[in-house]
Amino acid sequence: MQLLDPHIFALNILQPILDAHGFQIVSQNMGNFLHGTLLTLEITALSVLFGMFLGLLAALLKMSRYKVLSIPGVIYIDFFRGTPLFVQILLFYFGILPLVFDASSFQAAVIVCSLNSGAYIAEIVRAGIQAVEKGQMEAARSLGMNNRQAMWHVILPQAYKVVIPPMVNEFIAMLKDTSLVAVIGAEELTHSGRILVSVTYEAAWIWGTVALIYLLLTRVLSMLGDYLERRLATE
Amino acid sequence: MITVKDLYKSFGKLQVLNGINCHISPREVVCVIGPSGSGKSTFLRCVNQLEKPDSGTVTIDGVELTSPRTDINKVRQQVGMVFQHFNLFPHRTTLENITMAPVVIKKTNKAGAQLVARELLRKVGLSDKDDVYPAQLSGGQKQRVAIARALAMQPKVMLFDEPTSALDPEMVGEVLEVMKDLAKEGMTMMVVTHEMGFAREVGQRVLFMDEGLIVEENTPEQIFENPTNPRTQSFLSKVL
Ligand SMILES: Nc1ncnc2c1ncn2[C@@H]1O[C@H](COP(=O)(O)OP(=O)(O)OP(=O)(O)O)[C@@H](O)[C@H]1O
Ligand SMILES: [Mg+2]
Repeated sequence: MQLLDPHIFALNILQPILDAHGFQIVSQNMGNFLHGTLLTLEITALSVLFGMFLGLLAALLKMSRYKVLSIPGVIYIDFFRGTPLFVQILLFYFGILPLVFDASSFQAAVIVCSLNSGAYIAEIVRAGIQAVEKGQMEAARSLGMNNRQAMWHVILPQAYKVVIPPMVNEFIAMLKDTSLVAVIGAEELTHSGRILVSVTYEAAWIWGTVALIYLLLTRVLSMLGDYLERRLATE
Repeated sequence: MITVKDLYKSFGKLQVLNGINCHISPREVVCVIGPSGSGKSTFLRCVNQLEKPDSGTVTIDGVELTSPRTDINKVRQQVGMVFQHFNLFPHRTTLENITMAPVVIKKTNKAGAQLVARELLRKVGLSDKDDVYPAQLSGGQKQRVAIARALAMQPKVMLFDEPTSALDPEMVGEVLEVMKDLAKEGMTMMVVTHEMGFAREVGQRVLFMDEGLIVEENTPEQIFENPTNPRTQSFLSKVL
């Protein structure tokens, strides 16, 4: 009962927190956290966006009847789903990209995360396409549409409903996984945390704040996903 | 108009078509009857190459569909197909279902395609349903839209695979009416059906299929009154 008294609450609970060194460090460096958060969102959004194009392309390749198309699709998807993102980041940043161009850590982060996301999205898209009733393709083809026209006008517009919910999950997963690019020094939320901890030693406060920000972002995204799912269901 | 020669088709070990031969003339209405699993649907689907036959040829209007040089998409534009389960595009309105193929394939302008589509809807008795989605239609209405959708490509031939089998009995009539009108206008039609009344009234010829073969073919009067093949007799005694 006493705890609920605003005066006692402020004096005994709030005041010690506000006085803590860690809290002051966190509040003084809000700008850094915000900067990291924005970059995390940017890397995630770009990666999922490029991932959607790559994923759609890879899904269509994998489903092709022609082996010259389907085998590259399968290799791409299997490689990026079958190896850890952490290793992919190291491989591309230190191994492959330097052979191609002088990539910044941000560019490398977006490239690797896009490729990784694309592989997962490819499987999402493929499942969505296969969920469309077989008769739809037959009806389209019987009218004289070629495979591409039937895909574009008949199959994909129906597949997207099935694709949206797992796509939101992919977005959430990617948001968390971008934390791995801190290892190559791409400035994002986890990287901001590392820098701050190394100069202030307030590990609990800083990593706690970082975790809280990730939690907040993923909660908002999953609420958005639930909302989308409900709207699609009533459509 | 349609010539089928020595058509064979198997699914794995299951031999479904065992050498089909037939010829259908322009403006002819041919009904295909036979027991379940006898290969009627497979036959029809081979005619527009939705199934690839193992061997044999299908020729429509002088074009051999089974030749690798034939642009099958081009031929299919002239061969309409109506399915048992309608297969309307659920994400498009009735009108868009009908205009889609002309707009996408023939690059007809939208306004022109809509004009034609409205005329077709009127023809199948659904003028007021242009703006609704397939989910809001009854089975009979869906099938009439599906017929209009196929007609929008101005086909020379129409294939029907049990167009009324998925319908409640009270809706069968409205679909058969539309098909009758089509037959009267001189459309060349191949109709797989269980509606013996329709076969008798509208069909000019009836093919009886069993075990992947056309076992007997004749005018409806002859097939229904004096079937000669014992398998035809036994089948008809069960369904009539
Ligand atoms: N895609 C397929 N894969 C494997 N088997 C198939 C396929 N399509 C048809 N069959 C088989 O081929 C046989 C003939 O099928 P079909 O659909 O042509 O018969 P039907 O005469 O149309 O029968 P129904 O009156 O039941 O529609 C059946 O045994 C069926 O199970
Ligand atoms: Mg059938």
